[in-house]
Amino acid sequence: MRGQAQQVEGKGALGRDTGGAMGEKVEEFHTVYHPKPGPGGAIIKIESFSLWYGATQALFDVNMEVERGLVTALIGPSGCGKSTLLRSLNRMNDLIEEVRISGQIYLDGEAIYGSKVDVIGLRKRMGMVFQKPNPFPMSIADNVLYPLKVDGVRDRAVLEETLERALRAAALWEEVKDRLKENALKLSGGQQQRLCIARAIAGDPDVLLMDEPCSALDPLATGKIEELIYELKGRYTIIIVTHNMQQAARVSDNTAFMYLGRLVEYGETARIFTNPIVPWTMDYVTGRFG
Amino acid sequence: MGSASPPKGQRQPSKARHTGEPQQWCLGGALLLGLAMIAGFILLLLWNGLGAFFPKRVEVLELADGTRLAGEIFRKERIKVQDSGLEQGKEPSGVRLLVRTGNFDLYNEDFKWVPEGKIEKRGLPPDIWFVERLEWGPFVGFVEKLTLNGRELKGEEVSPEFLRNAQEEGARRRERMRGLERKGLSRVNQEMEKERLLLKRAARIYGEGTQEYARQKRRYEWLMETLSARYKELEGELERLRAEDSRTTISLITVDGKRKTLRLSEVVRMYRPNELDLLARLKVYGSRWWEFLTQEPREANTEGGIMPAIFGTFVMTVIMSLLVAPFGVVAALFLREYARQGFLVSAIRIAVNNLAGVPSIVYGVFGLGFFAYTIGGRIDSLFYSERLPNPTFGTGGLLWSSLTLALLTVPVVIVATEEALAAVPSSMREGSLACGASKWQTVRYIVIPRAMPGILTGLILAMARGAGEVAPLMLVGVVKMAPELPVDETFPYIHLERSFMHLAFHIFDLGFQSRNSEAAKPMVFASTLVLVGLVAVMNMVAVIIRNKLRKKFAEGHF
Repeated sequence: MRGQAQQVEGKGALGRDTGGAMGEKVEEFHTVYHPKPGPGGAIIKIESFSLWYGATQALFDVNMEVERGLVTALIGPSGCGKSTLLRSLNRMNDLIEEVRISGQIYLDGEAIYGSKVDVIGLRKRMGMVFQKPNPFPMSIADNVLYPLKVDGVRDRAVLEETLERALRAAALWEEVKDRLKENALKLSGGQQQRLCIARAIAGDPDVLLMDEPCSALDPLATGKIEELIYELKGRYTIIIVTHNMQQAARVSDNTAFMYLGRLVEYGETARIFTNPIVPWTMDYVTGRFG
Repeated sequence: MGSASPPKGQRQPSKARHTGEPQQWCLGGALLLGLAMIAGFILLLLWNGLGAFFPKRVEVLELADGTRLAGEIFRKERIKVQDSGLEQGKEPSGVRLLVRTGNFDLYNEDFKWVPEGKIEKRGLPPDIWFVERLEWGPFVGFVEKLTLNGRELKGEEVSPEFLRNAQEEGARRRERMRGLERKGLSRVNQEMEKERLLLKRAARIYGEGTQEYARQKRRYEWLMETLSARYKELEGELERLRAEDSRTTISLITVDGKRKTLRLSEVVRMYRPNELDLLARLKVYGSRWWEFLTQEPREANTEGGIMPAIFGTFVMTVIMSLLVAPFGVVAALFLREYARQGFLVSAIRIAVNNLAGVPSIVYGVFGLGFFAYTIGGRIDSLFYSERLPNPTFGTGGLLWSSLTLALLTVPVVIVATEEALAAVPSSMREGSLACGASKWQTVRYIVIPRAMPGILTGLILAMARGAGEVAPLMLVGVVKMAPELPVDETFPYIHLERSFMHLAFHIFDLGFQSRNSEAAKPMVFASTLVLVGLVAVMNMVAVIIRNKLRKKFAEGHF
């Protein structure tokens, strides 16, 4: 709560508790890095990325490398820019008018911001799961196969195979295999969210972006989604935004702590939650602010 | 509202202040007033419309001055004494009766006001007939004799059953003759006209004196010969039928002794109103409704049916909906999904809303000037030049009427569709885009289906508005009496250039343009009832479709 209050009072200042005068010394601010390297190196590189909504700057000079095959959690108080950063990765922010950016993001070494970039192709490489389950008002099967539909895939065998694979991967197959033609809106919230995960992986992406996937679910459904994330680790690079510190600690390999649009500390999850280097991170994960 | 007393120190709010009841009464009262008006209107329609065709008893009245007249008592009216000065006589009771005497050909009037005080005797003779005829309206009187192929039948020989059978036979003869005229003669005429136009076209394209023209001319002459022969043959057949028909006549006599002889096939329906029990009355009632709904109008639309008008209204509304739906939806899609929101889009939106306030007659003038004369005239000169100077598309017609009404109703559809599109949750759009769908795919697969119930609501409103519109239609294609339906079995089946009949115009025409507005009154109410019913049925279909779609999009429970 105090974190939010400060945010309203003084944009750019990290607050009295830490004694720092961040606002005046932005240039001197440095992110602390100690991420656990993944087996396949970095898949996403974010370089000096800043973003403005109109006149309001939401992201300040973020530099970060996301490791291939690992789960990376983005944490921080509300309004710190973690969702904005996530949505920048598959250019969902393009939908909002008056968004400006500077800096660059690379996916597998290819720049994703530029006039010649195939945004649709980019989004196909990154499945996304949203805060609130958003199945389309169509059948379960049609929901899962939507990415293939927009690709123009018509081959029945491919469709059936994909349907089962995606639903199994999302741990939903057993529950819905007998009612694939039923309206997806009849599923429970947790099932809907797993359906959305199935939909996200049906297009066979490299990266899964999850924007607080459990915030609208009950603890039981949350547990299932977390198990699922654990299962999917390795096959996909997963970036998850969460407000739930325990969740971040349970599912992720690396954790990035963001505050007021800046990346404060990015490192191994175990270290972030037990012995972070930056005092603000410590304050946040121990619940002293945020 | 808990029943526990409020804690000490807290002032108990007075009842009048905290409930706001006067306001509630005002709101409720306003609603009640509105509902009462609607209910009253519908009741008026139902009462007058449904009662229009119920057979009444025929009374024979003997007046003080010795005149006898017979007819249905239409209504009673109390008149003021000053007004009665017009009648010149003294009217002690001040009550007069409106009597539908019929026999327009003999009396030159259908209705007669009779002061009640002058009536000496009233009677309900059981053997009086109410005869509905093809021409001159109903006849009220007695049957004198029946002539079947020169054989005269009188008195007891003419039993009601016998008469009914003979009349039904006459009706069949009439149908046969009409079929011969409609299907036979007019078809041959159409063929001849077609060939004449082909020849004219050949003259225009190749020029007279060329070989092609000569060939076409030979074909024309040969066909004309065959068709003329066919025409003569059919005409002869018709003549023969007419002659046969004219041998079966019925002689009628009024209560005051005037005689009238007519062919039996001219009788549409005849019954003894004072003899009928309830069941027989209902039968007459039903057969009148059936005639009303399925037959063509007679006698300058004041009698017969309104089938062409029902059909015209239906076809025009359907075509209008087919035109307005894509127009409005595409416009709204662009405004909401693609256009950059800003001053220009706001200005367009305001302009569209204002279009809904333009008087409809202005649309009519525009439709006539732009669609019919400009576009239609161009189409004529390009494709139908052989028919000129007779316009084909260059005058009012079904297509131009539908287009004009589509234009008139497009703001409704645009506004409703925009609202429906705005109501589609952004999470749906984001979900689709995140799956790698393009903007168009998102709109096509997610946004439009999801907005469909709202779009249909707009279409329903547009349909209701369009079906009841008269003013613009009078200019762009609706006529009092259309010789042919806009849809028939000759190629190309839907004749968009034809003028047509429309219920709303029919009502206006009956109520204000007919020879006898009193006689037309029941028809006005019945036609209005049918129009309201038609709009209701079409709306109902759309509502059912919409509800089916809504059910599909109902959110699941968490």
